Amino acid sequence: MITVSINGVARQLPSSTSIAALIAEMGLVGKRIALERNGEIVPRSAFATEQLAEGDRLEVVVAVGGG
Amino acid sequence: MNENLVIAGKSYSSRLLVGTGKYKDFAETKAAVDASGAEIVTIAIRRSNIGQNPNEPSLLEILPPSQYTLLPNTAGCYSAADAVRTLRLARELLEGHSLVKLEVLGDPQSLYPNVIETVAAAKTLVAEGFQVMVYTSDDPIIAKQLEDIGCVAIMPLASLIGSGMGILNPWNLQLIMERVQVPVIVDAGVGTASDAAIAMELGCDGVLMNTAIAAAQQPVLMAGAMRKAVEAGREAYLAGRMPKKLYSASPSSPTAGIIGSTHS
Repeated sequence: MITVSINGVARQLPSSTSIAALIAEMGLVGKRIALERNGEIVPRSAFATEQLAEGDRLEVVVAVGGG
Repeated sequence: MNENLVIAGKSYSSRLLVGTGKYKDFAETKAAVDASGAEIVTIAIRRSNIGQNPNEPSLLEILPPSQYTLLPNTAGCYSAADAVRTLRLARELLEGHSLVKLEVLGDPQSLYPNVIETVAAAKTLVAEGFQVMVYTSDDPIIAKQLEDIGCVAIMPLASLIGSGMGILNPWNLQLIMERVQVPVIVDAGVGTASDAAIAMELGCDGVLMNTAIAAAQQPVLMAGAMRKAVEAGREAYLAGRMPKKLYSASPSSPTAGIIGSTHS
């Protein structure tokens, strides 16, 4: 297992979880999201191939109402 | 002639830009945006809520990017670094969209812009190819610096965000307009339709507002009022107002031929 931070919350995940698998687990497939790992944008096209690693800090964002 | 508003080479027929925060639901958001006639609509970028119902509609389904020019903002950012990160995420979220609203705040009480961090963020964003519409103070020197950096619109506050206090310093707005070539858009502080009209009569190129519509008793009705106010203010500016004449009345009707007068 590895521990990663998703939007500031620690999560335990199986080793060799891809970003795509995490997105699916979060119920965000097909949703307009953007994802940052350790401060760097991960393009959607790389979700399937990028594997999560111990200590990764992820930010997953959506558009909301705002001024 | 009432020419269109041109920002970063793209033409807009509406000079009213609106936010999408503080509405009671998406239906009211959409109705207010449409009643305002705004083509440029601001959005915020926030963490997706883990565990939230994934079947809830998203804002982008209500306001599809194909129909509106979405303007992602950096509301809530207090450093240049956070603002830049937020807009990189926004560009990814909106598939390469580069027109953004930069705002870097100074403190949570006043929400007054931190212009030092704003200038730093603007430099980075312009270098990365963003088209930056920038929220700033009404300081004309900073406004000019932001233009020189390459921002595509300067957006000074008229009064504090969400305060509804109106145009507190029209003289500074005019100083900015005298110095800056890119569009000057009043962002923040408008409370009611007359405030929007005054901003436009001063010669501002547009007005951006959120709370003045969303916090009205009837937001959709206020959205329509703001559309008319911005149009009326723009036309009044173009028409050129009559000079003010203190203590010098001038009758509108002929002074000759009044019945009962003793001279011809």
